[in-house]
Amino acid sequence: MRIKEHPILQFERERKITFFYNGKKIEAYEGETIAAALHAAGVKTLSKSLKYLRPRGFFCGIGKCSSCLMRVNGIPDVRTCITLAEDGMVVESQERKELPSADFPNCMVEKKEVDILVVGAGPAGMSAAIEASKAGAKVLLVDENPRLGGQLIKQTHKFFGSKGEKAGVRGIKIAEELQRELDGIEILLNTTVFGYYGEKDTHMLGAANKVENILYEIYAKKVVFACGAQENMLAFPGNDLPGVYGAGGVQTLMNVYGVKPGKRVLMVGAGNVGLIVSYQLLQAGVEVDRVIEALPKIGGYHVHAAKLRRCGVPIFTSHSIKEVYGNGKVEGAIVAEVDKNWKFIEGSEEDVKCDTVCLAVGLTPSTRLLMQAGVEQRFIPEAGGYVAIHDENMETTKQGIYVAGDSSSIEEASTAMLEGKIAGAHASKSLGYGKGIMKEWRIMLEEMRKGPFGEKARKAKERIKEALNEGL
Amino acid sequence: MKDYEKTGVLKPSDIQMPSEEHLKKGVAILECVQEIPCNPCVDACPVDAISMENINSPPATNFEKCIGCAKCVSVCPGLAIFVVKIDGNKGLLTLPYEFLPIPREGEKVKIFDREGKEIGEGMVKRVKKENETHVITVETERNCAIEGRHIKVMR
Repeated sequence: MRIKEHPILQFERERKITFFYNGKKIEAYEGETIAAALHAAGVKTLSKSLKYLRPRGFFCGIGKCSSCLMRVNGIPDVRTCITLAEDGMVVESQERKELPSADFPNCMVEKKEVDILVVGAGPAGMSAAIEASKAGAKVLLVDENPRLGGQLIKQTHKFFGSKGEKAGVRGIKIAEELQRELDGIEILLNTTVFGYYGEKDTHMLGAANKVENILYEIYAKKVVFACGAQENMLAFPGNDLPGVYGAGGVQTLMNVYGVKPGKRVLMVGAGNVGLIVSYQLLQAGVEVDRVIEALPKIGGYHVHAAKLRRCGVPIFTSHSIKEVYGNGKVEGAIVAEVDKNWKFIEGSEEDVKCDTVCLAVGLTPSTRLLMQAGVEQRFIPEAGGYVAIHDENMETTKQGIYVAGDSSSIEEASTAMLEGKIAGAHASKSLGYGKGIMKEWRIMLEEMRKGPFGEKARKAKERIKEALNEGL
Repeated sequence: MKDYEKTGVLKPSDIQMPSEEHLKKGVAILECVQEIPCNPCVDACPVDAISMENINSPPATNFEKCIGCAKCVSVCPGLAIFVVKIDGNKGLLTLPYEFLPIPREGEKVKIFDREGKEIGEGMVKRVKKENETHVITVETERNCAIEGRHIKVMR
């Protein structure tokens, strides 16, 4: 299941390690997460559903969906998809959700005081941290993943856009470039910000590093939430069978960890994510049976669709997934044509033999921390769900709390970087550091949202602005 | 709705196609027809043959100016640029390639059209790596050079 050769990527598998899974020895490589290593070893069921104990497998791969919770070294409910495997680690499957025997057993407590806390080290968060730090502010960047870069680290394709915004550069390279610019900024990885406990003038947040057993109390004058998004689920029988993945989850598995999801894939959704991930599956040597799209037309860029078609992958518009079947794992799926009213057309069913189903059906902004911090939110369909109302400086309705990137409205990495810069520069400027927001960032943001593909994002931002002006 | 929005396959009428004269000298065919915020091809062109009104407009090619140098082929993030040069019944097709195995010069390849249909064979004339992308030039029959958009190594 591990990819040996890849046209774009090189997987460094230097040190072999061994851990225990339900008493069985599993070989892995240093740098692999528990879930990726288990997948490579053929373990597809990671947890069970709470009520009916249905098997659940790898889905999102970035710590958002909780279908990979396992007991690790005695600690229950560990997200194995973002926890690195270690030599001698004891990993066990849990039948039910368990509570730890004690709150933060024997953990160290550390206090941090900073000017600006940035939550999330994806393109938006890294850009915010870089700008704020360049301006002279003391910045702390926190991310719950073991690596920096957010979803950039799995984007093997070259980015669109203009030269200034790194067009023509692969996402993985952009992540490396941004990482280099983080030099001198304090970073906490493997650390989850779990709660906001703000007082009048300071923002206090709690964070935990489960790997090293450290509890952080973070006091910040300003906070930028750049928490990204999570992949949407689609309702159909069998949607929880191991082998049904988020398309982004598959991208993480194969492009970050070099593990193939399976042999033959059905891709659901012909937006850019569905098209790009399908092509990357082909690059990894995985067969793509077809791409289906419920809408009457392909939602992603034509150029991405063209890349697939010339490789012989068919795209069926006005088609959706009826069910996935299989005994404990995906063995195939029934797809069918849909009419104008989204109803399945009887007799159009087709049985697709596959071991992997990828769902590329949109993203929902991750806003729970913002919600808990008490900023005003609105449900804006064009933004992907509930989002924090923010002004043109990316500041929310609560002073000193900013939002940037996908957690402010689903968009592109290129716009996320610009929003991050704006948030970081404004936050630092309001503390008396630096020159503030550069005009060209705003101009470029506007440019990128101008075309027909920017319409959704443009509308989302207009609605956010309207909500702000209405004073909620 | 345009056909390609449903099929993912362009027809020659969707694209700015060069004339016979231009094909003889060898020019870039840009299969980028939508308004996408993207412009690296404009920057890459050494003779200003590619232009755009703004970052969202589809590129326009001036075939008179184009010298078929293929500098734009490897910078296009959409892998949507091909250089075609025709000489009688023969042709040269230059395309971006991001699969394994990487073709070697002198090797035989199968050629596929925009729909992934196999339309013929060719011989690899040149393999270059630019901007982290392999750019492959294949010698083949005239129609394969005009319609071919993908290759597979026969190894």
